[in-house]
Amino acid sequence: MIKKNFKILIFVVFFLYFNTISNAIEPDVFVQSTVNRASATLSKDISKKEKMLELQELARDTVDISGIGLYTLGKYRKEINEDQKKKYSELFENYFLKSFSSRLSEYSNPKINVVSKDKKNEKYTIVSSILVATKDRPEVKIDWRIYTKNPEKPLIRDLIIEGLSLARTQKEEFASIIKSNENNIEALFQNLEKFINE
Amino acid sequence: MKKVLSISALIFLFLNFSAKSDAEEVKDCFEGLNRATFAFNQGLDKAILKPIANGYRKLPMPIRTGTSNVLSNLSNLVTIPNNILQGDLKTAGVNTARLTVNTTIGIFGIFDVAQQMGFVKDYKKEDYGQTLGKWGVKEGCYLVLPILGPTTLRDSIGAVASILGGDPWYNVTVKNDTQYFKDSDYFVSRGSDGINFRSKNLEAFENLEKNSMDFYASVRSLYLQDRKQKIINSNKVIDTQDDSDWDDLQTN
Repeated sequence: MIKKNFKILIFVVFFLYFNTISNAIEPDVFVQSTVNRASATLSKDISKKEKMLELQELARDTVDISGIGLYTLGKYRKEINEDQKKKYSELFENYFLKSFSSRLSEYSNPKINVVSKDKKNEKYTIVSSILVATKDRPEVKIDWRIYTKNPEKPLIRDLIIEGLSLARTQKEEFASIIKSNENNIEALFQNLEKFINE
Repeated sequence: MKKVLSISALIFLFLNFSAKSDAEEVKDCFEGLNRATFAFNQGLDKAILKPIANGYRKLPMPIRTGTSNVLSNLSNLVTIPNNILQGDLKTAGVNTARLTVNTTIGIFGIFDVAQQMGFVKDYKKEDYGQTLGKWGVKEGCYLVLPILGPTTLRDSIGAVASILGGDPWYNVTVKNDTQYFKDSDYFVSRGSDGINFRSKNLEAFENLEKNSMDFYASVRSLYLQDRKQKIINSNKVIDTQDDSDWDDLQTN
C-alpha cells in the first residue's frame, strides 16, 4: 500500500514538474518575440496614433508597469499613504504607456537581435541584445532585465542601453522633481498629469 | 605654495562633503547654478551644435567614418598613459600597437587597420578622471560647465591633469610651440569630437528631451551612470544598479 502511494506521489511530482517546464517561456525567446511584435507594428502602413495604441497594448502584455512604477518611486514608496499609492499607480501607468509608445513610434522597423542570456537568480534573467547599426547611428547594446518569478509569464522590468538603466534614470528624475518641491509627492502627480494631458 | 594649499583644501572639502552624504543621493551641490548653465548650454546646442551635427550627418559615410577613426586614434594618446596608471599594462601595449599601426599604415588614423587585422576588437577610451575613480577617489559634486557640459569635481581634476601635461596632443599643439602643429589643431579636434558625438545621438537626445519631465535630472543621471560604467569597465549591467531596491517588489 505504502509502495503504491509512493509511486503515485512520484508520478504526481513528475507530472507537475514537467507540466511547469512545458509552460515556462525562456526569457531570450520572450524578448525576441516581443521585439518581433514591436517591429511588426512599426513596419505596418498605419497612422502614428494607431501604432501607438498597438504598442501600448504590447506594453501592457509584456512590461511589469506596476513593478517599474514602484521602483521609480524609490524611498518615497514607503512614505506615501494608500490613496496616494493608488493615485500614483494610475498616473504612472498612463504616463508610462504614453512615454513608451511615443519613444518607440519614432523608430521605423528597428532590427534587434538577441545574443545571450544570463540567469541571475530565480527572479531575474538579463537578456543581451544588439540594435543593429544604421547609416546614421552605430550599433547599440541593449540589455533587458526580465522578471521571471512566474516563468510562464516573464515580464520586462528594465532596459539597459549601453550600460545606462532607463528605470534608474526615471527614478532619479522623479526623485529630483519631488526633492525640488520640498519633498511633496503631489508635485510629481501634477507633473505626471501634465505630461499625460499634453 | 599657499595658493596650491588653498586649492587642495577646497577640493578636499568638496570631496569630503560629498562622501558624507547619502550614498543613493545625487551630489548636486550647486544645482541652481548647474541648472542655469545647463539651460545656457541647451541654447548653444540648439543654435550651433545641433545644426552643425545635422549638416555633418549629411556628409558621405566614408568621410564620417574616417573622421571618427582619426579622433578615436588620437584619443589613444590619453588612453595609453591611463591604462598604465590603472595597472593595465597589457591593454596599454595593445593600444600602443593600435596607435602605431593606425597612424602609419592607417594614414594618421583615417583607416582603422588594427581592427581589420583583428588584434584589437573592443577599444575603450580612458582618461584621468576614470583613473582617479579606479584609484578610489569619489566623484564629488556634480557640475555643469559652460560649453563643456556635465562633469564632476573628480572628472574636472582629471581634465586639468590633461592640460598640465597629461595629454601629449595638447602638449604638441597648444602648450609647446612646435613648428608642426598649431593651437587650432587641438581645438578643431576637440570641436570635431563634440560634433561627431552629437551627430551619433541626435534622435536619442531629442527623444529623451521630449519624454522627460525634468530633462536636466535625466541627463545628470545618464552622465553619472555612464562614468560609473566606464570606471568599472564591466559589461555586468547589474553593477550599475541597486538590486536591493528591486528585491522587495512583488507584483505577480
